[in-house]
Amino acid sequence: MTRLRAKFRPSRRQFLQGSAAAGAGLLIGFNLSCSSDSPGQGPDSPGEEFSPNAFVRIAPDGTVTVYSKHIEFGQGTYTGLATILAEELDADWDMVRVDAAPSDATRYRNLYFPEVPGIGPIQSTGGSTAMANSWQQLREAGATARAMLLAAAAQEWGVSASALVAERGVVSHGGSGQSATYGQLAGLAAAMELPKEVELKDPKDFALIGTQVPRVDVRAKSNGTAQYTMDVYLPDMLTAVIARPPRFGGKVASVNKAAALRVPGVVDVVEIPAGVAVVAEGFWPARTARRALSIEWDDSGAETRGTADLLASYRQLAGQPGELARQEGDAETAIAAADRVVEAEFVLPFLAHAPMEPLDCVIRVDNGECEVWAGSQAPTVDHWAVAQVLDLPMDKVKINTLLAGGSFGRRATFDADVATEAASIAKAMASERPIKLIWTRQDDIRGGKYRPMYLHRIRAGLDSDGNIVGWQHRIVGQSITAGGILDPGGPDTTTAEGAATLAYAIPNLTVDVHTVPVGIPVLWWRSVGHSHNAFVVEAFFDELAAAAGKDPLQLRRSLLAGHPRLLAVLDLAAEKSNWNSPLPQGKARGIAVHESFGSYVAQVAEVSLGAGNAPVVERVVCAVDCGIAINPDNIRAQMEGGIGYGLGAALHNQLDVDGGRVVQSNFHDYWPLRIHEMPQIEVHIVQSAQAPTGVGEPGLPPIAPAVTNAYRQLTGQPIRRLPLLPNGADAVNPSEVKQ
Amino acid sequence: MKFILHVNGTPRQIDVASNTPLLWVLRDELRLTGTKFGCGVAQCGACTVHLDGEPARSCAIPVKAVKQRNVETIEGVSGSVAEAVQNSWQELQVPQCGYCQSGQIMTAIALLREIPRPTDSDIDSAMTGNACRCATYVRIRKAIHDASSSIEGK
Ligand code: FES
Ligand code: FES
Repeated sequence: MTRLRAKFRPSRRQFLQGSAAAGAGLLIGFNLSCSSDSPGQGPDSPGEEFSPNAFVRIAPDGTVTVYSKHIEFGQGTYTGLATILAEELDADWDMVRVDAAPSDATRYRNLYFPEVPGIGPIQSTGGSTAMANSWQQLREAGATARAMLLAAAAQEWGVSASALVAERGVVSHGGSGQSATYGQLAGLAAAMELPKEVELKDPKDFALIGTQVPRVDVRAKSNGTAQYTMDVYLPDMLTAVIARPPRFGGKVASVNKAAALRVPGVVDVVEIPAGVAVVAEGFWPARTARRALSIEWDDSGAETRGTADLLASYRQLAGQPGELARQEGDAETAIAAADRVVEAEFVLPFLAHAPMEPLDCVIRVDNGECEVWAGSQAPTVDHWAVAQVLDLPMDKVKINTLLAGGSFGRRATFDADVATEAASIAKAMASERPIKLIWTRQDDIRGGKYRPMYLHRIRAGLDSDGNIVGWQHRIVGQSITAGGILDPGGPDTTTAEGAATLAYAIPNLTVDVHTVPVGIPVLWWRSVGHSHNAFVVEAFFDELAAAAGKDPLQLRRSLLAGHPRLLAVLDLAAEKSNWNSPLPQGKARGIAVHESFGSYVAQVAEVSLGAGNAPVVERVVCAVDCGIAINPDNIRAQMEGGIGYGLGAALHNQLDVDGGRVVQSNFHDYWPLRIHEMPQIEVHIVQSAQAPTGVGEPGLPPIAPAVTNAYRQLTGQPIRRLPLLPNGADAVNPSEVKQ
Repeated sequence: MKFILHVNGTPRQIDVASNTPLLWVLRDELRLTGTKFGCGVAQCGACTVHLDGEPARSCAIPVKAVKQRNVETIEGVSGSVAEAVQNSWQELQVPQCGYCQSGQIMTAIALLREIPRPTDSDIDSAMTGNACRCATYVRIRKAIHDASSSIEGK
């Protein structure tokens, strides 16, 4: 087996030192494994165990526990990370289990994320970075463990380590016929010296990576035993719900608690910065008592504008130049001299993430110590925020990360909103009883932290041959990061990403941005800026192709020569969808291609017309290049999920705000995509030797434009506003677009 | 108020307000946490259980309305159909975040018990009340067909 040499960089080395520690305290949650005959107790089993670094522990019974520094909220992260480590370890996959790493940014920081001023490095999951930032780190962690196991066997048998073979958790020596399992070698390996450098496998020797390793969490998720924060029940635990101001930025003026306190099972009603919390013996009394509260709200500092007001002001701003995010050549002059000019306004709504598990957090504060159970994308931020609220040192706060029932960005906040609320309730209660804070679905849909609403103004010039000679794109909306702890300064990247990075070779181009302060809290929503920019760019591009009388695939191809990976997925999707073959009457194909988070995705949607001329998406062919495919089946699953999530939003979702109040409240008026609307999906993965990139988000951006590009051909009407069928309406959103 | 519920074959005594939804009795009182809270208004199906074998949204059924009916949750569901469904769920790696899947599985089991060879449109009408925000629908559909064939094949 050829092995590539990799030297440790000093900055990495610290992450490989120090073993993982589940720590003392009440152990909630459990290791997940794909095997049904659950291997031994791991950390608790007798004998000496081997934990050479923060990411892996091998028990005497042979169980390999991988510590995931990233949360598992559906994207297959636990399985992917364990696969990387197990590959270099030559572990037996059936013996691998995964446990959440503790909150500790010194060992478990996201290597791609900058330090946060005032907090430092952060342990966080987001931006489709879990595989990418862990790739080298976990390969080294696995290879280190393997080298020490080999060294132990070599010493024990008095042979050279190079004469040993490791395979599926067993070390053997061909010459003497001796062999030992990793479990048997664990105690000895623990005494070996940490190697100065390790060799990494040649990718051609990968045995787990690139195969369909079964997910470690699927068994528990198919029999109801998977444990989410919602499922944490501690002895004597209370349940809390919060009445929050109906307008963002509102405050409690006065509250009459009497009726709420009379509800049987209610323990207390406390005021916290977020609103008024009702704490009871269970959810139902808490929620019943919340309805009995009578609260006067002080709206003097609240956002009282609605979406219609905001849209009008955005439209006005779109008439003036914004902050430049990209400039090439002279778009203004090129468009002025063009043969033909195409111009459009696009509008995209506020969107809620609506993960299936409503937001929640369990906290226990007792005797100067605090323990938290949550499914947070950024445990470090929760850790820090809870310590602040309770005025405790960080080392007196322990954060347990549990499985989360979806997130799509919602659980990655700058202010640790849910954990802060829970800590505030605990502080106000001053009780040692644990508290579970639950958001209802209505709290979630009305609770802010939305994908911002955006207005785009875009124009382009065509010469007499139909070539695009100039492109001007202006985006108006809120920034997700501005003013917060992660504000990088400059033109807002969360607004412009995917537009300022336009790949098409257009000689004259400007992209500019207006960042508007609005009192409606916003946040990253699956694929962030790409969620709106890919739609605008790819839908407008098709309008240009139509105006130029060109095939939308060929026009794209002609302008992507400098982007071979984009071109390759585009060609693959076109080929697999039989782009050039005719479709039956009443059906059309639309194509879109987009790069996000270092992954390249093209999709072809086949659309027909249903009742009331509503679009019916019958089939989607998807091509993806995400570097080395760690788990092809999971990549397919993420493409399916990204397509479904994006399609649901494109078809149905929009949040309206009226006089500062959010209109929608639950799944009856904020429709999730349902099974009868899910297209057939075919995913093709590009073979690649590049380091892996993420798949949680990149499947989403192309779906909306692929669908609307097909739909435009069927109806002749350009789609410049999403959603197409707002919250279940059966007629298409009438275009309110001014030309 | 005191009630006796028949849950997964066992009588359980509880003392709660009579309008408490069955969901919160199962979760907060009986600690049967496999049944999930997703919307509370019968719109998502995460809380699906069987009442005398029929799929029902436990978030929208007050405990006083359950009466003598048998409540079956994901923890108690068994038999060849349940086994086939749960097996094909694993075989096809259906779950992503997994939070909706107890409800999906309970509805799928009820569907296959009623219609052993469901068509795509049978699946659509039975499963459309079960939302999955991770959009695992392609695999749910296939897993139901696979479970159906595996039962048939036996
Ligand atoms: S929680 Fe019962 S249907 Fe959603
Ligand atoms: S698997 Fe996440 S909601 Fe269905």
